[in-house]
Amino acid sequence: MLKQTEGSHAVAEAVALCRPEVICAYPISPQTHIVEGIGEMVKSGELADCEFINVESEFAAMSVAIGSSAAGARTYTATASQGLLFMVEAVFNASGLGLPIVMTVANRAIGAPINIWNDHSDSISQRDCGWIQLFAETNQEALDLHIQAFKLAEALSLPVMVCMDGFILTHAYERVDMPTQAQVDAFLPPYEPRQVLDPNEPVSMGAMVGPEAFMEVRYLAHAKQMQALELIPEMAKEFKAVFGRDTGGLTRTYRTDDAETIVVAMGSILGTIKDVVDEMRDAGEKIGVLCITSFRPFPLEAVREALKNSKRVVVLEKSLAIGIGGILASDVRKALRKLSIDVYTVIAGLGGRAITMKSLHALFQKLKHEESESVTFLDLDWNVVNRQLERERQKRRTGPAAESMLRDVGTVASKIA
Amino acid sequence: MFQVRIHGRGGQGVVTAAEMLSIAAFQEGRHAQAFPSFGSERTGAPVVAFCRIADKEIRLREPIMAPDALIIQDPTLLHQVDVFAGLKKDGYILINTNKTFEELGLGDFVRDWPHDRLCTVAATDLSKKHVGRPMPNVPLLGGFAAVSGTIRLESVIMAINDKFSGKVAAGNIAAATEAYNTVRAGIEKARRQEAAHA
Amino acid sequence: MSLQTVSFYQTGTFTVGNRLLAAEERSVQANMQRTNSLNSGHRACQGCGEALGARYAIDAAMIASKGQLIAANATGCLEVFSTPYPETSWQIPWIHSLFGNTAAVATGIAAAIKVKKHKGQGGDVRVVAQGGDGGTTDIGFGCLSGMFERNDDVLYICYDNGGYMNTGVQRSSATPPAARTATTMPVGPEPGNAFGQGKFVPAIAMAHEIPYVATATVADLRDLEYKVTRAMGMRGARYIHILVPCPLGWGAAAQDTILLARLAKETGIFPVFEAEYGEVKSALQIRRPLPVEDYLRLQKRYAHLFGKTPAVATIARIQAQADKNIRRYGLLAKEAA
Repeated sequence: MLKQTEGSHAVAEAVALCRPEVICAYPISPQTHIVEGIGEMVKSGELADCEFINVESEFAAMSVAIGSSAAGARTYTATASQGLLFMVEAVFNASGLGLPIVMTVANRAIGAPINIWNDHSDSISQRDCGWIQLFAETNQEALDLHIQAFKLAEALSLPVMVCMDGFILTHAYERVDMPTQAQVDAFLPPYEPRQVLDPNEPVSMGAMVGPEAFMEVRYLAHAKQMQALELIPEMAKEFKAVFGRDTGGLTRTYRTDDAETIVVAMGSILGTIKDVVDEMRDAGEKIGVLCITSFRPFPLEAVREALKNSKRVVVLEKSLAIGIGGILASDVRKALRKLSIDVYTVIAGLGGRAITMKSLHALFQKLKHEESESVTFLDLDWNVVNRQLERERQKRRTGPAAESMLRDVGTVASKIA
Repeated sequence: MFQVRIHGRGGQGVVTAAEMLSIAAFQEGRHAQAFPSFGSERTGAPVVAFCRIADKEIRLREPIMAPDALIIQDPTLLHQVDVFAGLKKDGYILINTNKTFEELGLGDFVRDWPHDRLCTVAATDLSKKHVGRPMPNVPLLGGFAAVSGTIRLESVIMAINDKFSGKVAAGNIAAATEAYNTVRAGIEKARRQEAAHA
Repeated sequence: MSLQTVSFYQTGTFTVGNRLLAAEERSVQANMQRTNSLNSGHRACQGCGEALGARYAIDAAMIASKGQLIAANATGCLEVFSTPYPETSWQIPWIHSLFGNTAAVATGIAAAIKVKKHKGQGGDVRVVAQGGDGGTTDIGFGCLSGMFERNDDVLYICYDNGGYMNTGVQRSSATPPAARTATTMPVGPEPGNAFGQGKFVPAIAMAHEIPYVATATVADLRDLEYKVTRAMGMRGARYIHILVPCPLGWGAAAQDTILLARLAKETGIFPVFEAEYGEVKSALQIRRPLPVEDYLRLQKRYAHLFGKTPAVATIARIQAQADKNIRRYGLLAKEAA
């Protein structure tokens, strides 16, 4: 059924349709609306046979999820930013134990300085934690991916993170097609655990593994993610058969057929990029877009296939590997090994900095004349940076850098973008 | 694509207004995207929310920097925040006030603006009258339906029923309807005057 | 021959021999049906108080739950000595997740059980969480308090040996004052662990007003079994804090584990009591209080107190703490008072 609703609410409804049995919630912006929505459904009885637990921290949220998933319950939680970092030890533990927990990450920057706005630093920081990471472009895709995530997680006994841009998607009202319970039931069978804490068949879970087998256990986790490379596209096909929508999959291309320049990105920024590409196509530029939906496992082959005939690849990412540059860009470069294609790294939208069509137009024009090895920081205010660097040259006790730099920027919250 | 920017203060239902506007447009079978300015703002702080309305899927995610229409829920923001930034030439301006544009100090700014695109409505008073609370956001949507013609009053009423129920919904419908009629009358008057001048 | 009345002098302390009791009154460990939940063959040190405490506690919980029990275990000695894969000493479903999240993992298990039961897909399975003092009073304290506060249906058992023994005897918030650990060495003007620090988690558990809080030692195993059985008869958050001497960490002889546990109780150093909904209901009585010195002298971690010039003032401070426990928890038997 078509409805106009908030992204968070759409996800809450989709998760409820997946018949979760245990949900643990700890508030952190911008994911709060999701668990609030589900909490209300549980409390009202609309979502039956589900325990909703208000825990005392994100670390506890993931730990409760580990317990309930190990005891055989379909388990869901959501977090963002500092919350994801606070639960990191348990995040690794969940994947190490092979527990098919599904978690939404409402992507948000990581402090300090504290910042509640969107970028991808949080989930990207967990790229090696053993979870599958799927990025949603729209709210429709976000809700669809959650339904696929449970099926994928349970098929592989691996946890899945569905990443959706905080505020930009979570707080946006837009049109979504909400599936029916019958559709979801047809697609997602009840959870049958591979391992479960059962008094009738006692097992020990999470015991110590020494050097004699640790490599093999770890490799298996890698092998499962490689299996996911096969399974994710299959699941997208199955999804289409039931729901009639093309969502999920590893990657998607947009106007790349004869493209000389291809922009690679993840998440909601793809929409803006597509609008820019349409305008540039109208002006005769051969440009297209590669959307990465599955960041982990990273679809090296699909990326290579999509980019191999281009001349120039621009990786636009909302994350920064401090001390080296791009993160997504490094993975894309790996996919293009031995091909003579220029790969540009563009860091954009950190901490909620708006990424505008105007800036993207200028960027794509400018990059034609740049060295591909350079890292571009989109719309970076060099004056502010240089003034701070100068201050630090001038005197020792310059105080908190962020405060001084904001003073240079001037008033806050008075501008639109 | 028609883009609306709503300015107000925390607690005035700015974000809700944008959401309801998107629901109203959705009711008319259109695509709409509403989103807030993403701040951790507290009651009383300046807040901005956005709404795009189009006949095809809206992919653009940037803030609305060149709006076709502005709704200003709190006139005290006029000289504090650059509310008019990027407003398209001849764009619609709807201000919650019982003063005139001249009295608000905007006489020079709107001198060459088409008068049927400049509207004021005492939305806070209407809300107090019909709902019993100073929540100008919903009556302003009624006013917006009248001034812009982008959405119908019936759609606004459907959006009200989507967000509220019972007495609050009824009060808001009355307030929005009165705002709609007031603005409608104001525009017609402005058009008659402009026609007379022409 | 005339009938002679037999008086069980120690009946009140639960130490009466099994052979003198009716079958239903005998200890869990005397029961042929006991599960040996923590089976033999594990790698605990000689004289390990924790292994003993865990065996009695979990077997008692198994009997009480009719074998329908799941355990969550914190990282620590108990986890390490019982389960290097592919071997496991656990005869019950058991999970180890992390050092600091055991109470939360147990909450999750309990939630899953509740849903499954409601759906008719599972029976009345009970949950026990267990950890050492480090995993309970320090790193796992946030999750523990959360579990208490929500009154989740979990029995949490803390095996308190007063330090991080698994990592090589470092100080925890349960390490007693003056005790030597690897991070509170007996050097400088104030040797050993500082006074005025640390916490007694049973009292904090009581402050959560949970249905049941109890302390126990491995000297009174019948009392321990009774308390576990009692706790398993209740629902909601329950907490049992068991003093378990550690020969390695305490610098004590392996054969003195039970003796040290008994001395901890008989000196008043470790109060043994039961509380319901935040109020102390009963305490094991001390018939003849012993001086703390009797307890301290057996442990090398206090050796610096008994050198050429005994640290009389420090010993007096420890004695004062024991005396305070006796007053606070009403530990002195009436006949002795």
